[in-house]
Amino acid sequence: MSGASVLYDVPGPKAKVRNRIYSVLGALAVLALIGFIVLRLSANGDFDPARWDIFNYAGVRNSIRDGVLATLQVFAIAAVLSLAVGVLLAVARLSDHRPVRWLATGFIELFRSIPLLITIYAIWVLLLNNRTELGLSDNQPQFWALVIGLTVYNGSVQAEVLRAGILSVPKGQREAAYALGMRKTQVMTTVLIPQAVRAMLPTIISQLVVTLKDTSLGYIITYEELLYSTRLLAGNTTVGGENPYVQVIIVTGAIYIAMCLALSALANWIERRGRRAKTGIGVVEAGDVGNAGALTAAVAAEAAADTTADTAN
Amino acid sequence: MNVLLDYLPEFRAGFLGTLAITAASAVIALVLGVLIAGFRVSPIPPLRAFGTAWVTLLRNTPLTLLFLIAFFVVPKILFQGASPFVLGMLALGLYTSSFVCEAIRSGISTVPVGQAEAARSIGLSFTQTLRLIVLPQATRTVLPPLSSIFIALTKNSAVAGAFSVTELFGYAKLLSDKGYAIAVIFLWVALAYLLITFAISGVFRLLERRMGVAR
Repeated sequence: MSGASVLYDVPGPKAKVRNRIYSVLGALAVLALIGFIVLRLSANGDFDPARWDIFNYAGVRNSIRDGVLATLQVFAIAAVLSLAVGVLLAVARLSDHRPVRWLATGFIELFRSIPLLITIYAIWVLLLNNRTELGLSDNQPQFWALVIGLTVYNGSVQAEVLRAGILSVPKGQREAAYALGMRKTQVMTTVLIPQAVRAMLPTIISQLVVTLKDTSLGYIITYEELLYSTRLLAGNTTVGGENPYVQVIIVTGAIYIAMCLALSALANWIERRGRRAKTGIGVVEAGDVGNAGALTAAVAAEAAADTTADTAN
Repeated sequence: MNVLLDYLPEFRAGFLGTLAITAASAVIALVLGVLIAGFRVSPIPPLRAFGTAWVTLLRNTPLTLLFLIAFFVVPKILFQGASPFVLGMLALGLYTSSFVCEAIRSGISTVPVGQAEAARSIGLSFTQTLRLIVLPQATRTVLPPLSSIFIALTKNSAVAGAFSVTELFGYAKLLSDKGYAIAVIFLWVALAYLLITFAISGVFRLLERRMGVAR
């Protein structure tokens, strides 16, 4: 309320009555909207217990579980790979060697500016065309297309986040490390990157939430992750002559939201923990990358503004 | 090279389709985003709760799932027989509105407290304070994140192509199915997206310069 209360006075007796009336009206409007949706759906028979009964069958539960596992598998591999690629690209972009710097910048800018879906699709077609040479069978082309696509895109974004973090480390740290006689690699790996990762951890995790959400693009290249397998399930089941799309979508949505909220909660917790700590440089706000108040470097602010966009993806 | 020249009409249609769906959903996102941001800072608890729920739900749902909702659930509630364009526009617009809302809300909090206090002290109501004093000043700080959000929207519009909306990704898929080398198509489509995203960031840079005020 601290930010909001600036916008209006502490309500007096008249305003209190007025606010209460508006509260009732607002609540009624929201309830009416929800009620309308529920009414229309129940008119279609979507709240018929028989249609929800499908979730009692072991087969349905198993295919949802397999979908969740497939999603988590892609997410785990892509998350690890994208972090590794991110570190590599961030270091390469800050390299002293011009060709390395140019290459990294080109890679990052290319894959950040192309829609992820198109990247994944292009990789999928490439893998499908060369599946015999590469020895890929069954759904492996889809799997690797999804993993590689997610890795190059999110790796590029993570690289920018890390670069902002590295640039936000106070100059004295680097100078002190050099003064101690450390080599370039040592300065980067033992002084700069640890501090950058610590400062940027909330943003890095927010981007991991984006990675998790983007695994659903596997739906379009027919990889059997959560969305595709539940959609297939709804298409193959009929209850009273109709497919239970609404029920399956509601359940799938709940699973996705729960997974993403759990990861976001982790980011917020780390951010709060980081703000309590008095040592080191400040930790950025989770999710709200545009407001990187703790970062002083102008470049960091600019790169952080860029990442807001990618978080919006 | 030949792919582009041989299928210029397709590329043009796809380019225009991407532009159309991006622009249409940007308008929806902007209007809804401002409205929901207003809800989230309003003195009325149910509206605040609604705004919070809206942002939390939409930000944590994959866009592909929203498209499925738009194509399978929304027609059961409203808009029977709506075209894929309208449904896709709805999904993209609602998804982006949650990000616009958050950008505007953080913009509102950057306006100096004295501004709102002064507005209240001369007797302006909450809506007047927001509409006349705070939002116009918040616009300046909101512009850079907004431009990033619209660039992300342009890229997200590719998902609409997979749901039979006419745009660039749909045609890339079509040409690739016809057996053209995917790498070449990929490059041309990438170039088209770059064109749009550069245009967006250019427009916003222009807006920033025109609205920029030395504080």
